[in-house]
Amino acid sequence: MKYFPLIWAGLWRKRTRTIFTMLSIVVAFLLFGLLQGINQGFNHVIRDLNVDRLYVSAKTNMTDGLPIAYADRIKTVPGVRALSHWTYFGGYFQDARNPLPAFATEPEGLFAVYRDLKIKPEYLEAMKKTRTGVLIGQSLADKYHWKIGDRIPVGTSIWTNKQGSNTWYFDVVGTFDTSSVGAGFPSFYINYAFFQEATALGGGIVHYYLVGVTDPAKATEVAKHIDALFANSTNETRTQTESELAQMQLKQIGDINFIVNAIVGAVLFTLLFLTANTMMQSVRERTSELAVLKTLGFSDTKVLVLVLIEALLLCLFAALAGLALAGSVFPMLKPIFGHFRMPMIVVSMGAGMALLLALVSGLPPAWRARQLNIVDALAGR
Amino acid sequence: MAVLVTLRNVTKSYVRGKQKVEVLHGVDLQIEAGEFLALMGPSGSGKTTTLNLIAGLDQPSSGEVVVGSNRIDKLSRGALADWRAHNIGFIFQFYNLLPVLTAEANVEVPLLLTNLSKAQRRQRVQTALQLVALADRAKHKPNELSGGQQQRVAIARAIVADPTLLVCDEPTGDLDRQNAEEIMNLLKALNRTQGKTIVMVTHDPRAAEYASRELHLDKGKLANEEVRHVA
Repeated sequence: MKYFPLIWAGLWRKRTRTIFTMLSIVVAFLLFGLLQGINQGFNHVIRDLNVDRLYVSAKTNMTDGLPIAYADRIKTVPGVRALSHWTYFGGYFQDARNPLPAFATEPEGLFAVYRDLKIKPEYLEAMKKTRTGVLIGQSLADKYHWKIGDRIPVGTSIWTNKQGSNTWYFDVVGTFDTSSVGAGFPSFYINYAFFQEATALGGGIVHYYLVGVTDPAKATEVAKHIDALFANSTNETRTQTESELAQMQLKQIGDINFIVNAIVGAVLFTLLFLTANTMMQSVRERTSELAVLKTLGFSDTKVLVLVLIEALLLCLFAALAGLALAGSVFPMLKPIFGHFRMPMIVVSMGAGMALLLALVSGLPPAWRARQLNIVDALAGR
Repeated sequence: MAVLVTLRNVTKSYVRGKQKVEVLHGVDLQIEAGEFLALMGPSGSGKTTTLNLIAGLDQPSSGEVVVGSNRIDKLSRGALADWRAHNIGFIFQFYNLLPVLTAEANVEVPLLLTNLSKAQRRQRVQTALQLVALADRAKHKPNELSGGQQQRVAIARAIVADPTLLVCDEPTGDLDRQNAEEIMNLLKALNRTQGKTIVMVTHDPRAAEYASRELHLDKGKLANEEVRHVA
């Protein structure tokens, strides 16, 4: 500790250079924290997905759909607790830039499969009685200031209704709480029965069957049973758990792990050279000062350690600042990940990488300082 | 008086590029405790090399260097560093203060190698700065001080750990006449009142006059002439 002022003063010998080096490290670790944090966030979301739900889609492609008639057969599979389905409606409100997460469904079964979605029974009852009804997630309703009784026009480029129009009208009959499922969850539900009656195309098809299972431990068994039921039929099925489905969807937007690691790797590799160069320059400029320290009795090892600690301070201080900044950004990502803080594993990984960076970039100049010959250095050779 | 420094048949050669340069050729020298010795001679005569050997900054190619009871030519690099910390005070021509530290922090540096507490270190630093009449400049950085003041800070740094031997390499070489005289008076006072043994390399005959003995080196050998100054 008594050497700290000496090390600290050495670190700030060239204030501007140190500040710029620190800023680059801060930015690099901000990036590292954000990317790794988001990566962990996706994993966190997937990990927390419910395992008592299965998703059944067409084996060939989800968009091919499955016959609505499959519902009765799936219900007969042992271990199936509840059943509903989703058919993608899409659509937008007023402008194509306001897309809606709209799905046609069988509402009672939906809320039986998703037991963590909270809805008042009277809203569900109203939905059953109102063919043109729509149930909306509370946050979406808040966003557009929709309230019960409102009639909402929804434009769609996919589904033309029997009147030949691409604008559908739905009546808000209730809202539900989506806080337990995150912002990506579909939150605009229309009656499948009405959709089937009113659409000019694609009758009798659903995109996903949603299956609630009695025993999560037997989810895989139930999934196999369902797929076996429709094996070798015209519409074979693929049944996945919620996390398998999420992982598959994430794969479609690229291997996030690979992208994150590639970016972080490239940034840190560049940073390594930058920091090593800074440290090397700093030691080179201080050759005579380090020689004076040795003259006064500082051993070779002590000088090596002083330079290494200086590199360590530079890297750790800046890296922790970068990670802290990244951590402060996470609350803003709440709509995506829900209540999610920078995982400690990312902080630990960051600190580890900063340590490695300090050692790799600090060791060559520290070794050079250690090997310094006093007489030559004092003579300016 | 007891002999503090003994050089026996010391030689020193360096390899510069492909050439081997013989700097000292069998130097024999004794310095008594409490002595103020001026080493003089032309450039390249081996003055600084001799000083470096006495101070344990360099090792002889052959011969013996004894300081106090230690054969310092036999010590390892680590042991030599430790020995320097406890026994030698250094004063350089260009002061060699650490520019990022204040005067008091510069003076404190040798004490970082001791087991003294922070309060004890502070006390010693204040005493040393008072001794060189710079207590009021304790918080100033070297670039805020004149050359003479910087050299006085360097002297405070050299004496703060209370070493037996002060080695000075051209301590007035970068100073004007007035500052040079002040520094030489300070060194003489340290020699007289504190009993410090001083070995000083200088080109300046006027600086050498402050020493109690003057030795001349020429082409790596001690010249026969020896001048003793009357106190």
